[in-house]
Amino acid sequence: MRELHVDQVAEAIANLVMEANYVLEPDVMAALEKARADEPSPVGQAVLQQLVENAELACSERVPMCQDTGNALVFLEVGQDLHLVGGDLSEAVNRGVSRGYVEGYLRKSILDDPIRRKNTGDNTPAFIYTDIVPGDRLRIRVVTKGGGAENMGQLRMLPPSAGWEGARRFIVEAVAAAGPNACPPLLVGVGVGGNFDKVALLAKKALLRPVGQPHPDPEWAAREQDLLTEINKLGVGPMGLGGKVTAFAVHIETMPCHITSLPVAVNIECHAHRHKEVVL
Amino acid sequence: MARHYITTPISPEQAKAIRSGDEVYITGTIYTARDAAHKRMVEDLAAGRPLPFDPRGAVIYYVGPTPPKPGQVLGSAGPTTSYRMDKYTPTMLQQGVKAVIGKGYRGPEVKAALVANGAVYLAATGGAGALLAKRIEEAEVIAYEDLGPEAIRRLRVKDFPAVCINDAHGGDQYRDGQSEWVAPDAMVKPK
Repeated sequence: MRELHVDQVAEAIANLVMEANYVLEPDVMAALEKARADEPSPVGQAVLQQLVENAELACSERVPMCQDTGNALVFLEVGQDLHLVGGDLSEAVNRGVSRGYVEGYLRKSILDDPIRRKNTGDNTPAFIYTDIVPGDRLRIRVVTKGGGAENMGQLRMLPPSAGWEGARRFIVEAVAAAGPNACPPLLVGVGVGGNFDKVALLAKKALLRPVGQPHPDPEWAAREQDLLTEINKLGVGPMGLGGKVTAFAVHIETMPCHITSLPVAVNIECHAHRHKEVVL
Repeated sequence: MARHYITTPISPEQAKAIRSGDEVYITGTIYTARDAAHKRMVEDLAAGRPLPFDPRGAVIYYVGPTPPKPGQVLGSAGPTTSYRMDKYTPTMLQQGVKAVIGKGYRGPEVKAALVANGAVYLAATGGAGALLAKRIEEAEVIAYEDLGPEAIRRLRVKDFPAVCINDAHGGDQYRDGQSEWVAPDAMVKPK
């Protein structure tokens, strides 16, 4: 059985959270550039120009592109033939997040308690999502997700009679309600199916797909395209100042569900979609 | 769409001259405050204590910056979402604050308070934290240091760029800008 020391995990995560905040991945940069080319509104174009410049500046000066350096979302795919040694995996992840946020001059935005609201000082605990998969590798994907966009998420347990039309309207209304608050142009993560908790996770995991890569099922890929078209009719535009590019892409993830249910969740991501991954 | 170069403090006449959609470039002193700082300022006022800065003609910027790297004045410093301050903003405007800077929609109570107090709501570009930090020349924590990124800072800015969203006359640039671009067959219309 292959062994991996958790110190390597901590080390990797410290680097991933810093790099994610300084350097926009090529898929997101390409989406920004495409938005700038597609946007007919002059004010929208000016905003997109600023965002491209901001991303370039963050990269060259190694500073965070946005002051909200996020919830540290850590998605772990743990090979079932991998033996993690040297300590507790979650503790190692948090050690990595702590080091990355402190040494990387990233903002610490996590509170110890939702009502008492004392800052933990190192952005821990991380939000850790673990899946056990075949193989002997550890795939680590980090998303540093801002709170402003996260707050605009919505979840609805629709009756089955609502059908796709009901789901579709709910999704577009959620994006319209977010308007300028979530820093458009957006990446819209959608979960359909599962149950109350799984649908939210699906919507979040939808953000992990490279921006604009369609769903493998052509029927769902067509629904993604249709939703993107509808969302870009809203007129919200870059930063809500009016325009045609409100979203870069809509990603849908689906699951089986109960005969009584049609769960739908929308998890909104801002234009600064910061993600990085590594396989150990 | 006019362009205004404003030096703080903002006079009542200057605030009233700024219309929704106008570009505004601010030079001088502005104060950072977000959720936790606003809560405390409103509690201070209720207890009869003065605000940590002179509110007359003042500008509040809703920002929680990243810590500065060695050699930097301040880290990245883009606007945070403003609606979370809606509960406190009318009180700040009554104290004489003439402009607040953030991003995103404001509630009806804030829009009414802007009109009643002759003040403006400005938006800076969300997420452009690295770029906006270049317009900040000095930064100093002046109150509530224990709040960390949410502490109140006095910033000296030069030509800090923003767009007026809500003016002192009921103008609303989000509504107008979106109405101009909404498709005729859109299933949801701008609010």
